[in-house]
Amino acid sequence: MAKITAGVGCSHVPAIGVAMDTNITDQDYWKPVFAGFEKSQEWMKDNKPDVIFLVYNDHCTAFSAEIIPTFALGCAAEFHPADEGWGPRPVPVVKGHQRLASHIAQSVILDEFDLTIMNKMEVDHGLTVPLSVMFGEVDEWPCPVIPLAVNVVQYPPPTGNRCYNLGKAIRRAVDSYDENINVMIFGTGGMSHQLQAERAGLINPEFDKRFLDLLTEDPVTGSQISHLEYMREAGSEGIEMVMWYVMRGALNDDVEEIHRHYHVPASNTAVGHIILENR
Amino acid sequence: MTNPKEYEDIPGTFVFDADRSRQGYHLNMFCISLRLQESRDAFKADPEAYLAQYPMTEEQAQAVRDRAWNGMLELGGNIYYTAKLAANDGITFQELAAKMTNMGSEDYRKMMFDGGRSIEGNRSKSEWKDK
Repeated sequence: MAKITAGVGCSHVPAIGVAMDTNITDQDYWKPVFAGFEKSQEWMKDNKPDVIFLVYNDHCTAFSAEIIPTFALGCAAEFHPADEGWGPRPVPVVKGHQRLASHIAQSVILDEFDLTIMNKMEVDHGLTVPLSVMFGEVDEWPCPVIPLAVNVVQYPPPTGNRCYNLGKAIRRAVDSYDENINVMIFGTGGMSHQLQAERAGLINPEFDKRFLDLLTEDPVTGSQISHLEYMREAGSEGIEMVMWYVMRGALNDDVEEIHRHYHVPASNTAVGHIILENR
Repeated sequence: MTNPKEYEDIPGTFVFDADRSRQGYHLNMFCISLRLQESRDAFKADPEAYLAQYPMTEEQAQAVRDRAWNGMLELGGNIYYTAKLAANDGITFQELAAKMTNMGSEDYRKMMFDGGRSIEGNRSKSEWKDK
């Protein structure tokens, strides 16, 4: 049977992708951002997954204001990097895993999570930046990826509690899949940041640290962080951290924190990253 | 479950909720159209004709003409959409943020480099009374 072995939490700041794509990662501004992923890239080589289930959000790229699904599961054979207004990122096409994705869709929907099925979808920096920082620059991504796009743009996103429970349903789906494969799950976005209006630039390291501590040690408490608290304390766009709870829900209650990285700033945002292994 | 909009108390912030999404629909659809090069070319060639294809309010259209970045948000725009208009103008996300905070780009960049805007004094509108 398939199993979920580890989870990765990771910011997906677009400027990180731009820094990699334009080869300026060794500039003083960017060095400390990327230094925190060196250990992660080694760890990925030692723990290569067969499939990555990647939770992220689209930034008004593949989804316009016409259709706003709360949870959209990528079931296509492949997902092309999208043009977000300055040309698509020069990164490999993302290959899906259709058989596992179909299985997860069926299992999770019968488990009462009403997913939207995406048989055609482009993916933006929200999905490709985490792959880039974890794998580095590659000619092709080392494994297939199943994207789960979560609405965190129009209020309200799903609650942290809902995300946490969806993670548990995804875990049950993977556990019942009939191939012996190793699935890794990524929760992306954050950390504290506000991109809009007069309060733009807000960063709250104390909130972020508490978020990471709870994520590892007490996810039941962390999953109850309210939308109001996220927006007030971590910025209006910081609310996307609810997506890390899908990842956390899919792991064991008891996990080992393998690695943590936190740095301010990357552009407008606090960068956070964590690796959790099931105990 | 209909909670009051407690989030309206957060200062300097327009929460993009269902009401703002409804209000800003055509404005946001205009902005996202600029994701594609052919749309950017058409907008550049004849801005008024291009804008007229989107039945937004005159107030919203004027905010677009004026590049009133906070004004667009107040009228139902969302930052990820208005960022497409900014990108069309050659403005980066960080420069756009600087404009919305009424800081110069250099001052804003320095603020971020020094750790960003503190949460202290920025939680509630009651703390912004003197601004």
